[in-house]
Amino acid sequence: MSFFSDTEAELLQKHLSRRSLLGGVAAGGVLVTPLALLGSRSARAASGNAPAEITVAGAHQAPIPIVVPDFGPGLGNQISGVISSDLSSTGLFQVMGGTVPASVQPDFSALKARGARVAVAGSATGADHVRVEMRLWDVVAGQQMEGRAYTASPSNWRRIAHIIADSIYKRLLGEDGYFDTRIAYISRTGPRRHQATRLAIMDQDGANAHMLTNGNWLTLEPRFSPISEQLAFLSYANNRPRVYVYDLNTGQQTILGTFEGISFAPRFSPDGRSIILSATTKDGGADLYLIDLATQHRRRLTSAPGVIDTSPCFSPDGQNIVFNSDRGGSPQLYVMSANGGNAHRISYGNGHYGSPVWSPRGDQIAFVRIGSGGFTLGVMGPDGVGERSLTQGFTVESPSFAPNGRALAFCRQNAAGAGGAGFTSSIAVIDVAGFNEHIIPTTTGASDPAWSPLRR
Amino acid sequence: MKLKMFAVLGMACALTACSGDHKNHDNDGDGQNTQQMSQGPVPGSQADLVATAGDRVYFELNKNQLNSEGRATLDKQAAWLARYPQVNILVAGNCDDRGTEEYNIALGQRRANAAREYLEAKGVAPARIMTISYGKDRPTADGDTPEAWAQNRNAITSVR
Repeated sequence: MSFFSDTEAELLQKHLSRRSLLGGVAAGGVLVTPLALLGSRSARAASGNAPAEITVAGAHQAPIPIVVPDFGPGLGNQISGVISSDLSSTGLFQVMGGTVPASVQPDFSALKARGARVAVAGSATGADHVRVEMRLWDVVAGQQMEGRAYTASPSNWRRIAHIIADSIYKRLLGEDGYFDTRIAYISRTGPRRHQATRLAIMDQDGANAHMLTNGNWLTLEPRFSPISEQLAFLSYANNRPRVYVYDLNTGQQTILGTFEGISFAPRFSPDGRSIILSATTKDGGADLYLIDLATQHRRRLTSAPGVIDTSPCFSPDGQNIVFNSDRGGSPQLYVMSANGGNAHRISYGNGHYGSPVWSPRGDQIAFVRIGSGGFTLGVMGPDGVGERSLTQGFTVESPSFAPNGRALAFCRQNAAGAGGAGFTSSIAVIDVAGFNEHIIPTTTGASDPAWSPLRR
Repeated sequence: MKLKMFAVLGMACALTACSGDHKNHDNDGDGQNTQQMSQGPVPGSQADLVATAGDRVYFELNKNQLNSEGRATLDKQAAWLARYPQVNILVAGNCDDRGTEEYNIALGQRRANAAREYLEAKGVAPARIMTISYGKDRPTADGDTPEAWAQNRNAITSVR
C-alpha cells in the first residue's frame, strides 16, 4: 500500500500539516513529498523556513509577476493550466507563460529581464499514479523557495493543481490559500416565477459541479460544516420548510430539530458541534436557536415578541453572534454574546441591512445593504466602524467568505424585464479589498454560495 | 398538492351542479390551476374562491398591515369558507425581491400570519388554515418594476 520509502514518510511527517495522507492515494487523496534541492549551495541555504513573504494585505497592490510554464503534454498541461487560472483568479498574481526547466536551475537573468519575480517549474509523469514535481524559484534572489512532489490517482489531477496553487499562494503571501475548496450552492433553472432549485456543489473554480437534490421542492441556504462533510440547508420538502443536514458521504438528509414554524437560516458554530438557526413564531416574529448536533438539545437565544431575528453567524472565536433583526423597526445588524445577551446594533448607514457573515479572520463582518438604488455588498468592523462598500448591483447578496477571509463569494442577480426576461442569477467572487470581481462559471443559474473549508 | 386538488375538484363536480359566477382570472404562479368549465367554477374550488372572494391580499413595502381592500377580501374569504366548511386552505406569504432571502422568509410568514389571524377573528377555525412563506422565491409578477413588486408583496390563499 505504500508508495513512498520510510525516509520519505518521515520527511512527510515533518513537512506536512494539512496536506497529510488522509484517504491515501488510492482513496482519492494526494500524497505530498519534499523534493531534493537543485543546484548550488546558495539554493540549499535558501530552502530554510524563512518565508519570502510579499505583503498584499489591505488595499489592492500590484500583482506579483510569476511565470507558470506548461508542465508538459497531457495532464501536465492541464495541471499547469489550472494552477495559472487559480493564481490569476485572485487578482494578486500576474501570471506569465514561458519556459522553465523542470530538472535544472532556470536562467534567472532571462526571467528577470521579463519582469518575473517568481517562477514555477514542473512536470507530470506516470500513468497509474501521476507524479507531479513542482519547484518554486525566487527569480530576484536566484534561489529555490520550495520543491515538492505530489502523487495521486490521475482522476485527482485537479486537486493536485489546486494543492500546488495553494502551496505557491502560501509561500508567497504567508497565509493559506483557498483553491483546494468547494462551493455549495443552489442551482436555479426554469422561469423566474417558478424556478426549480437544487442543492449543488462544485469546486471553487466551477469545475466538477453536480446536483445533490432533485429539484422537486424549493431548496435554499446551504452552509458548510467547518469539520465534516456535511451541509445544513433549508428544504420545503412536503411543504414543510425546515432545516436539514445533508451528509455528503452518504447522501442522507436529516431533519434538524422540531419547530412549530419555519426553521431557516442555519449556520454551523465554529467548532462544528452546533447549528444556530432562526425559527418563525406565531406572533409574526422569528427567534434564534442553538441546536447541539450530538444531543439535538435546543436552546432559544432570542425571544422578543413579534420581532424578526434571523441570519445569525458566529464570530470565529465562538464568543459572539452577528444577526439581522427588525427590533428597532427596520432590518439592521446586531451583535450579541454567544449566550444571547447584550445585543447591540452595529449598522447605522442609509437603508436596510441583512445577510451578515463574520470573516474567519474575525476582524470584519460582510453584509448586504439595501437602499433605493439597489443592493450593496460591504464590510464593516464587528463594532460597526469602518463600513465600506465592495460592489453594488440590482441584487448582490448571500456573502460567504473563503476560508482564509481574503475573498467573498456572493450571489449577483440582474433585474427581470417583462415576462421575466433578462433575469440572471450567478455566483461571483470578489477580493475583500473590493477588486477583482469575477463570475464563477456554472451550467445553470446559481445562488446562495457557501464556501467550504480547505480540504484535508 | 396539485393532484390532490384535482381529486377534490372531481368529487365536488360529481356531487353538485357545476355552476356559479364565470370569470376569467389570471391564475399565475403557485399552482392555482383553475378548472374552467362552461358553467363556471366548481363551488368550493379554488376557482370559486378566486371568483367569489379573491385569493390574495397585498402589503406595503416591509409591512404586514392589512389595508381596507385586503380586509374586504378576507371578509369575503371568511364568508366563503363558512359556506364550505369542508374546505381547508393554505395561506402563502410572499415578498418582493428588495430584501434579503432570509429576512423575506420571515417577512412572508408575518404576512401569512396577518391574513390567518384576520380569518380566525372572522370565525374560520384555526385547524383549517395552514400557512407558509416563500420569501421572495415565488414572485407572481415577472418584471422588476415598482408595479410588479407591489403585486409580489402578498398573501395568497389556496384550497388544499
